[in-house]
Amino acid sequence: MNSTLAVARREFKTFFASPIAYIVLGGFLLVSGWLYFSTLLLAGQASLRNFFGFAPVLFVVLVPAITMRSIAEERKSGTLELLLTMPLEDWQVVLGKFLASVGMVGVGLMWTLPYAFTVAGLTATGSVFDWGPVIAGYLGLLFLASSFVALGLWASALSKNQIVGFIVGLIVCFAFYFVDKFAALLPASLGQVLEYLSVDYHFENIARGVLDTRDLLFYGSLTAAGLLFTTRTLSASRQ
Amino acid sequence: MSSSMIRIESLTKRYGPTEALKGLSFEVPRGQVVGFLGLNGAGKSTTMRILAGYVTPTSGKALVGGIDVAVDPVAARRLVGYLPENNPLYEEMMVIDFLRFIADVRGVPADVRSTRIKNAVERCGLGAVIGKDIGQLSKGYRQRVGLAQAILHEPDLLILDEPTSGLDPNQIVEIQNLIRELGREKTVILSTHILPEVQAMCSRVLIIKNGVLATDNSTERLALGDEGGAVTVVLASRHGSSLDAAAVQRALEAVPGVAKVETGEAEGSASLGFLLRYAVEDPRRALFEAAVKNEWVLLEVHRAQTSLEDTFRKVTAEDATDPRKAA
Repeated sequence: MNSTLAVARREFKTFFASPIAYIVLGGFLLVSGWLYFSTLLLAGQASLRNFFGFAPVLFVVLVPAITMRSIAEERKSGTLELLLTMPLEDWQVVLGKFLASVGMVGVGLMWTLPYAFTVAGLTATGSVFDWGPVIAGYLGLLFLASSFVALGLWASALSKNQIVGFIVGLIVCFAFYFVDKFAALLPASLGQVLEYLSVDYHFENIARGVLDTRDLLFYGSLTAAGLLFTTRTLSASRQ
Repeated sequence: MSSSMIRIESLTKRYGPTEALKGLSFEVPRGQVVGFLGLNGAGKSTTMRILAGYVTPTSGKALVGGIDVAVDPVAARRLVGYLPENNPLYEEMMVIDFLRFIADVRGVPADVRSTRIKNAVERCGLGAVIGKDIGQLSKGYRQRVGLAQAILHEPDLLILDEPTSGLDPNQIVEIQNLIRELGREKTVILSTHILPEVQAMCSRVLIIKNGVLATDNSTERLALGDEGGAVTVVLASRHGSSLDAAAVQRALEAVPGVAKVETGEAEGSASLGFLLRYAVEDPRRALFEAAVKNEWVLLEVHRAQTSLEDTFRKVTAEDATDPRKAA
Protein backbone atom coordinates (compact mmCIF):
# COMPACT_ATOMS: atom_id res chain seq x y z
CA MET A 1 0.00 0.00 0.00
CA ASN A 2 2.85 2.38 0.83
CA SER A 3 4.36 1.72 -2.58
CA THR A 4 1.04 2.52 -4.25
CA LEU A 5 0.83 5.77 -2.30
CA ALA A 6 4.42 6.58 -3.25
CA VAL A 7 3.46 6.24 -6.92
CA ALA A 8 0.38 8.40 -6.32
CA ARG A 9 2.37 11.10 -4.50
CA ARG A 10 5.01 11.31 -7.20
CA GLU A 11 2.36 11.46 -9.90
CA PHE A 12 0.39 14.15 -8.09
CA LYS A 13 3.47 16.33 -7.61
CA THR A 14 4.42 15.88 -11.24
CA PHE A 15 1.16 17.49 -12.36
CA PHE A 16 2.26 20.73 -10.83
CA ALA A 17 5.75 20.51 -12.35
CA SER A 18 4.31 20.94 -15.83
CA PRO A 19 2.34 23.94 -17.10
CA ILE A 20 -0.34 21.64 -18.50
CA ALA A 21 -1.93 21.22 -15.06
CA TYR A 22 -2.31 24.96 -14.61
CA ILE A 23 -3.66 25.44 -18.12
CA VAL A 24 -6.15 22.58 -17.78
CA LEU A 25 -7.36 23.57 -14.32
CA GLY A 26 -7.39 27.26 -15.23
CA GLY A 27 -9.41 26.53 -18.35
CA PHE A 28 -11.86 24.41 -16.39
CA LEU A 29 -12.38 27.08 -13.74
CA LEU A 30 -12.72 29.83 -16.33
CA VAL A 31 -15.37 28.00 -18.36
CA SER A 32 -17.25 26.64 -15.37
CA GLY A 33 -17.18 30.03 -13.63
CA TRP A 34 -18.41 31.81 -16.69
CA LEU A 35 -21.19 29.29 -17.35
CA TYR A 36 -22.14 29.31 -13.70
CA PHE A 37 -22.39 33.04 -13.08
CA SER A 38 -23.97 33.80 -16.44
CA THR A 39 -26.90 31.50 -15.65
CA LEU A 40 -27.10 31.98 -11.89
CA LEU A 41 -28.97 35.27 -11.91
CA LEU A 42 -31.19 34.23 -14.81
CA ALA A 43 -32.44 31.23 -12.88
CA GLY A 44 -33.05 33.35 -9.82
CA GLN A 45 -32.65 30.32 -7.63
CA ALA A 46 -30.17 29.93 -4.79
CA SER A 47 -28.91 26.49 -5.75
CA LEU A 48 -26.04 24.86 -7.63
CA ARG A 49 -28.43 23.01 -9.97
CA ASN A 50 -27.13 24.69 -13.10
CA PHE A 51 -23.50 24.04 -12.15
CA PHE A 52 -24.19 20.35 -11.64
CA GLY A 53 -26.04 20.39 -14.95
CA PHE A 54 -23.03 21.34 -17.07
CA ALA A 55 -20.23 19.95 -14.88
CA PRO A 56 -20.40 16.41 -16.36
CA VAL A 57 -19.87 17.66 -19.90
CA LEU A 58 -16.90 19.75 -18.73
CA PHE A 59 -15.48 16.64 -17.11
CA VAL A 60 -15.63 14.87 -20.47
CA VAL A 61 -12.85 17.27 -21.51
CA LEU A 62 -11.15 17.95 -18.18
CA VAL A 63 -10.53 14.39 -17.05
CA PRO A 64 -8.87 13.05 -20.22
CA ALA A 65 -6.70 16.18 -20.22
CA ILE A 66 -5.54 15.24 -16.72
CA THR A 67 -4.97 11.55 -17.42
CA MET A 68 -3.55 11.77 -20.96
CA ARG A 69 0.13 11.92 -19.99
CA SER A 70 -0.08 9.60 -16.99
CA ILE A 71 1.15 6.40 -18.64
CA ALA A 72 1.87 7.64 -22.17
CA GLU A 73 4.62 9.95 -20.91
CA GLU A 74 6.31 7.15 -18.95
CA ARG A 75 6.23 5.00 -22.05
CA LYS A 76 7.72 7.78 -24.13
CA SER A 77 10.52 8.75 -21.75
CA GLY A 78 11.35 5.14 -20.90
CA THR A 79 10.70 5.53 -17.17
CA LEU A 80 8.01 2.88 -17.51
CA GLU A 81 10.85 0.33 -17.56
CA LEU A 82 12.11 1.71 -14.26
CA LEU A 83 8.63 1.71 -12.74
CA LEU A 84 7.78 -1.78 -13.95
CA THR A 85 10.98 -3.22 -12.44
CA MET A 86 10.04 -1.93 -8.99
CA PRO A 87 8.63 -4.53 -6.59
CA LEU A 88 5.03 -3.59 -7.36
CA GLU A 89 2.13 -5.44 -8.91
CA ASP A 90 0.92 -3.80 -12.10
CA TRP A 91 -2.43 -2.99 -10.53
CA GLN A 92 -0.63 -1.08 -7.78
CA VAL A 93 1.02 1.12 -10.40
CA VAL A 94 -2.39 1.74 -12.00
CA LEU A 95 -4.07 2.37 -8.66
CA GLY A 96 -1.38 4.88 -7.68
CA LYS A 97 -1.88 6.78 -10.91
CA PHE A 98 -5.64 6.61 -10.48
CA LEU A 99 -5.50 8.11 -7.00
CA ALA A 100 -3.26 10.92 -8.19
CA SER A 101 -5.57 11.83 -11.07
CA VAL A 102 -8.68 11.69 -8.88
CA GLY A 103 -6.80 13.92 -6.43
CA MET A 104 -6.14 16.33 -9.27
CA VAL A 105 -9.84 16.45 -10.16
CA GLY A 106 -10.47 17.03 -6.46
CA VAL A 107 -8.18 20.07 -6.59
CA GLY A 108 -10.19 21.42 -9.50
CA LEU A 109 -13.46 20.83 -7.68
CA MET A 110 -12.12 22.49 -4.54
CA TRP A 111 -11.76 25.74 -6.49
CA THR A 112 -15.44 25.61 -7.40
CA LEU A 113 -16.47 25.58 -3.73
CA PRO A 114 -16.64 29.40 -3.72
CA TYR A 115 -19.66 29.02 -6.04
CA ALA A 116 -21.45 27.16 -3.26
CA PHE A 117 -20.53 29.77 -0.68
CA THR A 118 -21.59 32.70 -2.90
CA VAL A 119 -24.90 31.10 -3.64
CA ALA A 120 -25.43 30.29 0.04
CA GLY A 121 -24.85 33.97 0.75
CA LEU A 122 -27.49 34.91 -1.83
CA THR A 123 -30.23 32.96 -0.09
CA ALA A 124 -33.28 35.11 0.65
CA THR A 125 -33.56 36.32 4.21
CA GLY A 126 -35.60 34.04 6.37
CA SER A 127 -34.97 30.90 4.35
CA VAL A 128 -32.17 28.39 4.92
CA PHE A 129 -29.75 27.31 2.18
CA ASP A 130 -30.10 23.60 1.52
CA TRP A 131 -26.61 22.08 1.67
CA GLY A 132 -27.87 18.53 1.07
CA PRO A 133 -28.02 18.63 -2.75
CA VAL A 134 -24.68 20.48 -2.86
CA ILE A 135 -22.88 17.79 -0.88
CA ALA A 136 -24.60 15.06 -2.89
CA GLY A 137 -23.71 16.84 -6.12
CA TYR A 138 -20.03 17.08 -5.26
CA LEU A 139 -20.00 13.47 -4.17
CA GLY A 140 -21.65 12.50 -7.46
CA LEU A 141 -19.10 14.50 -9.42
CA LEU A 142 -16.28 12.65 -7.66
CA PHE A 143 -17.85 9.30 -8.55
CA LEU A 144 -18.31 10.40 -12.13
CA ALA A 145 -14.74 11.71 -12.25
CA SER A 146 -13.42 8.40 -10.87
CA SER A 147 -15.00 6.45 -13.70
CA PHE A 148 -13.70 8.96 -16.25
CA VAL A 149 -10.21 8.82 -14.73
CA ALA A 150 -10.19 5.02 -14.99
CA LEU A 151 -11.26 5.23 -18.65
CA GLY A 152 -8.78 8.04 -19.34
CA LEU A 153 -5.92 6.02 -17.83
CA TRP A 154 -6.72 3.16 -20.13
CA ALA A 155 -6.57 5.56 -23.10
CA SER A 156 -3.23 6.83 -21.82
CA ALA A 157 -1.86 3.30 -21.51
CA LEU A 158 -2.55 2.55 -25.17
CA SER A 159 0.40 4.35 -26.71
CA LYS A 160 3.29 6.65 -25.94
CA ASN A 161 1.45 9.55 -27.50
CA GLN A 162 -0.33 11.89 -25.09
CA ILE A 163 -2.55 13.27 -27.83
CA VAL A 164 -3.80 9.79 -28.64
CA GLY A 165 -4.41 9.34 -24.91
CA PHE A 166 -6.42 12.55 -24.80
CA ILE A 167 -8.52 11.95 -27.90
CA VAL A 168 -9.32 8.30 -27.15
CA GLY A 169 -10.12 9.26 -23.53
CA LEU A 170 -12.36 12.08 -24.74
CA ILE A 171 -14.23 9.80 -27.13
CA VAL A 172 -14.77 7.07 -24.53
CA CYS A 173 -15.87 9.50 -21.80
CA PHE A 174 -18.11 11.34 -24.25
CA ALA A 175 -19.71 8.05 -25.29
CA PHE A 176 -20.63 7.27 -21.69
CA TYR A 177 -22.00 10.79 -21.31
CA PHE A 178 -23.91 10.94 -24.58
CA VAL A 179 -25.29 7.41 -24.69
CA ASP A 180 -28.76 8.25 -23.30
CA LYS A 181 -29.25 11.63 -24.93
CA PHE A 182 -31.57 10.25 -27.62
CA ALA A 183 -33.04 7.55 -25.40
CA ALA A 184 -36.45 9.25 -25.55
CA LEU A 185 -36.67 8.54 -29.28
CA LEU A 186 -36.04 4.82 -28.83
CA PRO A 187 -38.28 2.01 -27.60
CA ALA A 188 -38.62 2.14 -23.82
CA SER A 189 -36.72 -1.07 -23.10
CA LEU A 190 -33.71 -0.03 -25.18
CA GLY A 191 -33.93 3.46 -23.78
CA GLN A 192 -33.65 2.09 -20.26
CA VAL A 193 -30.53 0.14 -21.11
CA LEU A 194 -28.93 3.23 -22.58
CA GLU A 195 -29.96 5.26 -19.57
CA TYR A 196 -28.37 2.72 -17.29
CA LEU A 197 -25.11 3.04 -19.23
CA SER A 198 -25.08 6.81 -19.01
CA VAL A 199 -22.81 8.44 -16.43
CA ASP A 200 -24.98 11.52 -16.65
CA TYR A 201 -28.20 9.68 -15.75
CA HIS A 202 -26.68 8.22 -12.59
CA PHE A 203 -25.15 11.54 -11.72
CA GLU A 204 -28.53 13.26 -11.93
CA ASN A 205 -29.93 10.69 -9.51
CA ILE A 206 -27.17 11.38 -7.00
CA ALA A 207 -27.30 15.15 -7.50
CA ARG A 208 -30.99 15.06 -6.61
CA GLY A 209 -29.81 13.97 -3.20
CA VAL A 210 -30.68 10.29 -3.52
CA LEU A 211 -27.71 8.01 -2.79
CA ASP A 212 -28.97 4.80 -4.38
CA THR A 213 -26.78 1.69 -4.35
CA ARG A 214 -27.62 1.13 -8.02
CA ASP A 215 -25.89 4.38 -8.97
CA LEU A 216 -22.92 3.68 -6.73
CA LEU A 217 -22.68 0.18 -8.16
CA PHE A 218 -22.66 1.61 -11.67
CA TYR A 219 -19.79 4.01 -10.98
CA GLY A 220 -17.95 1.33 -9.02
CA SER A 221 -18.25 -1.14 -11.88
CA LEU A 222 -17.25 1.35 -14.57
CA THR A 223 -14.24 2.48 -12.52
CA ALA A 224 -13.21 -1.12 -11.80
CA ALA A 225 -13.58 -2.07 -15.46
CA GLY A 226 -11.47 0.90 -16.54
CA LEU A 227 -8.74 0.07 -14.02
CA LEU A 228 -8.79 -3.58 -15.04
CA PHE A 229 -8.39 -2.73 -18.72
CA THR A 230 -5.60 -0.30 -17.87
CA THR A 231 -3.77 -2.97 -15.87
CA ARG A 232 -4.12 -5.47 -18.69
CA THR A 233 -2.87 -2.99 -21.26
CA LEU A 234 0.06 -2.12 -19.02
CA SER A 235 0.90 -5.78 -18.41
CA ALA A 236 0.81 -6.40 -22.14
CA SER A 237 3.87 -4.17 -22.52
CA ARG A 238 5.85 -6.87 -20.69
CA GLN A 239 5.20 -9.32 -23.51
CA MET B 1 18.71 -22.85 -1.25
CA SER B 2 20.90 -22.87 -4.30
CA SER B 3 24.11 -20.89 -4.21
CA SER B 4 23.70 -19.37 -7.65
CA MET B 5 22.45 -15.81 -7.86
CA ILE B 6 21.26 -16.22 -11.42
CA ARG B 7 20.14 -19.40 -13.08
CA ILE B 8 18.86 -19.30 -16.62
CA GLU B 9 17.64 -22.46 -18.30
CA SER B 10 16.85 -22.69 -22.02
CA LEU B 11 15.32 -19.24 -21.97
CA THR B 12 13.48 -18.03 -25.05
CA LYS B 13 11.88 -14.71 -25.80
CA ARG B 14 9.83 -13.88 -28.84
CA TYR B 15 8.71 -10.39 -29.82
CA GLY B 16 6.09 -11.11 -32.45
CA PRO B 17 7.91 -12.87 -35.28
CA THR B 18 11.43 -12.07 -34.00
CA GLU B 19 13.13 -14.48 -31.70
CA ALA B 20 15.38 -12.50 -29.40
CA LEU B 21 16.50 -15.44 -27.25
CA LYS B 22 16.69 -18.99 -28.53
CA GLY B 23 17.38 -21.22 -25.57
CA LEU B 24 19.91 -19.33 -23.48
CA SER B 25 21.34 -21.09 -20.42
CA PHE B 26 23.92 -20.01 -17.89
CA GLU B 27 24.49 -19.71 -14.19
CA VAL B 28 26.15 -17.02 -12.09
CA PRO B 29 27.26 -17.81 -8.53
CA ARG B 30 26.99 -15.23 -5.75
CA GLY B 31 29.69 -12.58 -5.64
CA GLN B 32 30.82 -12.83 -9.25
CA VAL B 33 31.19 -9.86 -11.58
CA VAL B 34 30.16 -10.95 -15.02
CA GLY B 35 30.58 -9.10 -18.29
CA PHE B 36 27.85 -9.70 -20.81
CA LEU B 37 29.02 -9.16 -24.37
CA GLY B 38 27.47 -9.43 -27.76
CA LEU B 39 26.66 -7.39 -30.83
CA ASN B 40 23.61 -5.14 -30.85
CA GLY B 41 20.51 -7.26 -31.13
CA ALA B 42 22.20 -10.40 -29.81
CA GLY B 43 19.80 -10.53 -26.86
CA LYS B 44 21.78 -8.87 -24.05
CA SER B 45 19.17 -6.30 -23.11
CA THR B 46 16.36 -8.83 -23.42
CA THR B 47 18.12 -11.18 -21.00
CA MET B 48 18.73 -8.35 -18.56
CA ARG B 49 15.14 -7.14 -18.85
CA ILE B 50 13.89 -10.62 -18.04
CA LEU B 51 16.19 -10.87 -15.02
CA ALA B 52 15.14 -7.41 -13.84
CA GLY B 53 11.47 -8.39 -14.15
CA TYR B 54 10.52 -5.97 -16.91
CA VAL B 55 9.60 -8.44 -19.64
CA THR B 56 8.32 -11.97 -19.21
CA PRO B 57 10.08 -14.90 -20.91
CA THR B 58 8.27 -16.83 -23.63
CA SER B 59 9.57 -20.15 -22.35
CA GLY B 60 12.33 -21.50 -20.17
CA LYS B 61 13.30 -20.45 -16.70
CA ALA B 62 15.02 -17.45 -15.17
CA LEU B 63 15.76 -17.63 -11.46
CA VAL B 64 17.09 -14.78 -9.37
CA GLY B 65 18.33 -15.85 -5.95
CA GLY B 66 16.35 -19.07 -6.40
CA ILE B 67 13.09 -17.23 -7.22
CA ASP B 68 11.52 -17.79 -10.62
CA VAL B 69 10.81 -14.38 -12.18
CA ALA B 70 7.71 -15.78 -13.88
CA VAL B 71 6.29 -17.29 -10.67
CA ASP B 72 6.89 -14.53 -8.13
CA PRO B 73 8.03 -11.48 -10.09
CA VAL B 74 7.61 -9.02 -7.23
CA ALA B 75 9.76 -11.06 -4.83
CA ALA B 76 12.41 -11.53 -7.51
CA ARG B 77 12.47 -7.79 -8.26
CA ARG B 78 13.16 -7.06 -4.59
CA LEU B 79 16.56 -8.77 -4.90
CA VAL B 80 17.60 -6.81 -7.95
CA GLY B 81 18.99 -3.36 -8.57
CA TYR B 82 18.62 -2.45 -12.21
CA LEU B 83 20.13 0.23 -14.38
CA PRO B 84 18.24 0.09 -17.68
CA GLU B 85 19.84 0.89 -21.00
CA ASN B 86 19.76 4.66 -21.63
CA ASN B 87 19.07 5.17 -17.93
CA PRO B 88 15.53 6.59 -17.98
CA LEU B 89 14.87 8.96 -15.05
CA TYR B 90 12.10 11.33 -14.00
CA GLU B 91 13.63 14.51 -15.43
CA GLU B 92 11.39 16.93 -13.53
CA MET B 93 12.27 15.54 -10.10
CA MET B 94 15.01 16.69 -7.79
CA VAL B 95 17.71 14.07 -7.18
CA ILE B 96 16.81 13.77 -3.52
CA ASP B 97 13.06 13.54 -4.24
CA PHE B 98 13.71 10.88 -6.83
CA LEU B 99 15.78 8.79 -4.42
CA ARG B 100 13.11 9.19 -1.73
CA PHE B 101 10.50 8.06 -4.21
CA ILE B 102 12.53 4.97 -5.13
CA ALA B 103 13.07 4.19 -1.44
CA ASP B 104 9.32 4.41 -0.80
CA VAL B 105 8.31 2.35 -3.81
CA ARG B 106 10.95 -0.23 -2.91
CA GLY B 107 9.53 -0.36 0.61
CA VAL B 108 12.74 0.64 2.36
CA PRO B 109 11.74 0.77 6.06
CA ALA B 110 11.22 4.28 7.40
CA ASP B 111 13.86 3.94 10.15
CA VAL B 112 16.69 3.18 7.70
CA ARG B 113 15.41 5.23 4.76
CA SER B 114 17.52 8.33 5.34
CA THR B 115 20.68 6.32 6.10
CA ARG B 116 20.26 4.25 2.94
CA ILE B 117 19.72 7.37 0.85
CA LYS B 118 22.73 9.03 2.46
CA ASN B 119 24.90 5.97 1.76
CA ALA B 120 23.81 5.80 -1.87
CA VAL B 121 24.40 9.55 -2.32
CA GLU B 122 27.89 9.28 -0.81
CA ARG B 123 28.94 6.19 -2.71
CA CYS B 124 27.80 7.65 -6.00
CA GLY B 125 29.23 11.11 -5.25
CA LEU B 126 25.93 12.91 -5.63
CA GLY B 127 26.29 15.25 -2.66
CA ALA B 128 26.78 18.34 -4.79
CA VAL B 129 23.71 17.87 -7.00
CA ILE B 130 21.20 16.52 -4.51
CA GLY B 131 18.94 19.57 -4.81
CA LYS B 132 19.09 19.85 -8.60
CA ASP B 133 16.51 18.68 -11.08
CA ILE B 134 17.61 15.49 -12.80
CA GLY B 135 16.92 17.11 -16.16
CA GLN B 136 19.70 19.65 -15.53
CA LEU B 137 22.41 17.10 -14.75
CA SER B 138 25.31 16.11 -16.98
CA LYS B 139 25.35 12.65 -18.41
CA GLY B 140 27.92 11.48 -15.87
CA TYR B 141 25.81 12.64 -12.96
CA ARG B 142 22.68 11.15 -14.49
CA GLN B 143 24.46 7.82 -14.68
CA ARG B 144 25.39 8.13 -11.01
CA VAL B 145 21.77 8.85 -10.13
CA GLY B 146 20.83 5.71 -12.03
CA LEU B 147 23.39 3.72 -10.06
CA ALA B 148 22.32 5.27 -6.76
CA GLN B 149 18.75 4.26 -7.56
CA ALA B 150 19.92 0.71 -8.27
CA ILE B 151 21.88 0.25 -5.01
CA LEU B 152 19.52 2.14 -2.70
CA HIS B 153 17.78 -0.93 -1.31
CA GLU B 154 21.09 -2.83 -0.97
CA PRO B 155 20.19 -5.57 -3.45
CA ASP B 156 22.13 -8.82 -3.80
CA LEU B 157 22.21 -8.58 -7.57
CA LEU B 158 23.04 -5.59 -9.74
CA ILE B 159 22.01 -5.65 -13.39
CA LEU B 160 23.66 -2.86 -15.34
CA ASP B 161 22.80 -2.45 -19.00
CA GLU B 162 25.60 -0.49 -20.67
CA PRO B 163 26.50 1.51 -17.57
CA THR B 164 29.22 3.58 -19.27
CA SER B 165 27.72 4.25 -22.69
CA GLY B 166 27.81 7.86 -23.74
CA LEU B 167 30.18 8.99 -21.00
CA ASP B 168 33.46 10.83 -21.48
CA PRO B 169 36.72 9.02 -20.60
CA ASN B 170 36.97 10.52 -17.12
CA GLN B 171 33.38 9.67 -16.31
CA ILE B 172 33.93 6.14 -17.59
CA VAL B 173 36.83 5.65 -15.18
CA GLU B 174 34.75 7.01 -12.29
CA ILE B 175 31.82 4.73 -13.01
CA GLN B 176 34.17 1.77 -13.50
CA ASN B 177 35.76 2.37 -10.11
CA LEU B 178 32.34 2.57 -8.54
CA ILE B 179 31.20 -0.67 -10.14
CA ARG B 180 34.43 -2.42 -9.15
CA GLU B 181 33.86 -1.32 -5.59
CA LEU B 182 30.26 -2.53 -5.67
CA GLY B 183 31.45 -5.82 -7.15
CA ARG B 184 33.34 -6.62 -3.95
CA GLU B 185 30.11 -7.29 -2.08
CA LYS B 186 27.49 -7.91 -4.73
CA THR B 187 26.85 -10.07 -7.73
CA VAL B 188 27.04 -7.86 -10.80
CA ILE B 189 26.10 -8.57 -14.36
CA LEU B 190 26.88 -5.78 -16.80
CA SER B 191 26.71 -5.42 -20.53
CA THR B 192 29.07 -3.29 -22.53
CA HIS B 193 30.60 -2.73 -25.94
CA ILE B 194 33.89 -1.56 -24.51
CA LEU B 195 36.11 -4.61 -24.16
CA PRO B 196 38.89 -3.17 -21.97
CA GLU B 197 36.09 -2.36 -19.56
CA VAL B 198 35.37 -6.04 -19.18
CA GLN B 199 39.01 -6.68 -18.44
CA ALA B 200 39.00 -3.88 -15.90
CA MET B 201 35.91 -4.99 -14.01
CA CYS B 202 34.82 -8.55 -14.68
CA SER B 203 36.19 -11.90 -13.67
CA ARG B 204 34.04 -13.76 -16.15
CA VAL B 205 32.79 -13.09 -19.65
CA LEU B 206 29.66 -14.35 -21.31
CA ILE B 207 29.38 -13.73 -25.03
CA ILE B 208 25.93 -14.07 -26.50
CA LYS B 209 25.25 -14.43 -30.17
CA ASN B 210 21.89 -14.64 -31.94
CA GLY B 211 20.09 -15.39 -28.70
CA VAL B 212 22.32 -18.24 -27.51
CA LEU B 213 25.45 -18.38 -25.40
CA ALA B 214 28.55 -18.42 -27.59
CA THR B 215 31.29 -18.22 -24.99
CA ASP B 216 31.54 -18.56 -21.25
CA ASN B 217 35.00 -18.15 -19.81
CA SER B 218 37.15 -16.31 -17.31
CA THR B 219 38.37 -12.91 -18.45
CA GLU B 220 41.99 -13.97 -17.99
CA ARG B 221 41.66 -17.01 -20.16
CA LEU B 222 39.85 -15.08 -22.85
CA ALA B 223 42.41 -12.32 -22.78
CA LEU B 224 45.01 -14.91 -23.72
CA GLY B 225 43.03 -16.09 -26.68
CA ASP B 226 43.67 -19.19 -28.76
CA GLU B 227 47.23 -18.35 -29.62
CA GLY B 228 48.14 -17.52 -26.04
CA GLY B 229 49.60 -14.20 -24.99
CA ALA B 230 52.43 -12.10 -26.35
CA VAL B 231 55.14 -10.00 -24.76
CA THR B 232 57.03 -7.35 -26.68
CA VAL B 233 60.63 -6.85 -25.60
CA VAL B 234 63.23 -4.24 -26.51
CA LEU B 235 66.67 -4.95 -25.12
CA ALA B 236 70.26 -3.77 -25.45
CA SER B 237 73.64 -4.90 -24.19
CA ARG B 238 74.53 -3.70 -20.72
CA HIS B 239 78.06 -2.83 -21.83
CA GLY B 240 77.02 -0.75 -24.80
CA SER B 241 78.44 -3.22 -27.30
CA SER B 242 76.24 -4.48 -30.09
CA LEU B 243 74.38 -7.77 -29.74
CA ASP B 244 74.25 -10.76 -31.99
CA ALA B 245 70.58 -10.99 -32.93
CA ALA B 246 70.67 -14.71 -33.65
CA ALA B 247 72.34 -15.51 -30.34
CA VAL B 248 69.86 -13.40 -28.39
CA GLN B 249 66.96 -15.05 -30.17
CA ARG B 250 68.30 -18.48 -29.20
CA ALA B 251 68.69 -17.35 -25.60
CA LEU B 252 65.12 -16.01 -25.59
CA GLU B 253 63.76 -19.23 -27.00
CA ALA B 254 65.36 -21.00 -24.04
CA VAL B 255 63.44 -18.81 -21.55
CA PRO B 256 60.87 -20.98 -19.70
CA GLY B 257 57.33 -20.40 -20.91
CA VAL B 258 58.23 -18.86 -24.24
CA ALA B 259 56.71 -20.78 -27.10
CA LYS B 260 57.92 -18.79 -30.04
CA VAL B 261 60.17 -15.80 -30.67
CA GLU B 262 59.57 -13.37 -33.51
CA THR B 263 61.61 -10.34 -34.46
CA GLY B 264 59.99 -7.11 -33.42
CA GLU B 265 60.70 -3.42 -33.69
CA ALA B 266 63.84 -2.06 -32.03
CA GLU B 267 64.70 1.43 -30.83
CA GLY B 268 67.67 2.54 -32.86
CA SER B 269 70.66 0.45 -33.89
CA ALA B 270 72.04 -0.43 -30.45
CA SER B 271 68.94 -2.33 -29.39
CA LEU B 272 66.98 -5.37 -30.55
CA GLY B 273 63.24 -5.94 -30.54
CA PHE B 274 61.39 -9.23 -30.17
CA LEU B 275 57.90 -10.56 -29.77
CA LEU B 276 57.63 -13.51 -27.38
CA ARG B 277 54.55 -15.68 -27.71
CA TYR B 278 53.49 -17.86 -24.83
CA ALA B 279 50.70 -20.33 -24.23
CA VAL B 280 49.83 -20.26 -20.54
CA GLU B 281 52.71 -19.22 -18.35
CA ASP B 282 53.63 -15.53 -18.33
CA PRO B 283 57.37 -15.52 -19.20
CA ARG B 284 58.24 -12.06 -17.91
CA ARG B 285 59.88 -13.17 -14.65
CA ALA B 286 61.98 -15.76 -16.44
CA LEU B 287 62.83 -13.12 -19.02
CA PHE B 288 64.25 -10.88 -16.31
CA GLU B 289 66.41 -13.73 -14.99
CA ALA B 290 67.68 -14.38 -18.50
CA ALA B 291 68.50 -10.69 -18.94
CA VAL B 292 70.54 -10.67 -15.76
CA LYS B 293 72.39 -13.81 -16.77
CA ASN B 294 73.15 -12.58 -20.30
CA GLU B 295 73.82 -9.01 -19.17
CA TRP B 296 71.06 -7.39 -21.22
CA VAL B 297 69.24 -4.22 -20.36
CA LEU B 298 65.51 -4.48 -20.80
CA LEU B 299 64.36 -1.19 -22.33
CA GLU B 300 60.79 -2.27 -22.77
CA VAL B 301 58.68 -5.20 -21.67
CA HIS B 302 55.00 -5.09 -22.50
CA ARG B 303 52.38 -7.79 -22.27
CA ALA B 304 49.93 -7.31 -25.08
CA GLN B 305 46.31 -7.86 -24.07
CA THR B 306 44.43 -7.30 -27.23
CA SER B 307 43.17 -10.74 -27.84
CA LEU B 308 39.88 -10.35 -25.94
CA GLU B 309 38.89 -8.18 -28.87
CA ASP B 310 40.12 -10.84 -31.26
CA THR B 311 38.14 -13.47 -29.39
CA PHE B 312 35.07 -11.25 -29.39
CA ARG B 313 35.33 -10.59 -33.10
CA LYS B 314 35.89 -14.23 -33.86
CA VAL B 315 33.03 -15.42 -31.68
CA THR B 316 30.52 -12.88 -32.90
CA ALA B 317 31.50 -13.03 -36.58
CA GLU B 318 28.52 -14.04 -38.68
CA ASP B 319 30.40 -16.73 -40.55
CA ALA B 320 32.11 -18.26 -37.54
CA THR B 321 31.95 -21.99 -38.15
CA ASP B 322 32.24 -23.07 -34.56
CA PRO B 323 31.39 -20.32 -32.11
CA ARG B 324 32.28 -22.48 -29.13
CA LYS B 325 35.86 -22.90 -30.26
CA ALA B 326 37.16 -20.13 -28.05
CA ALA B 327 35.50 -21.53 -24.96
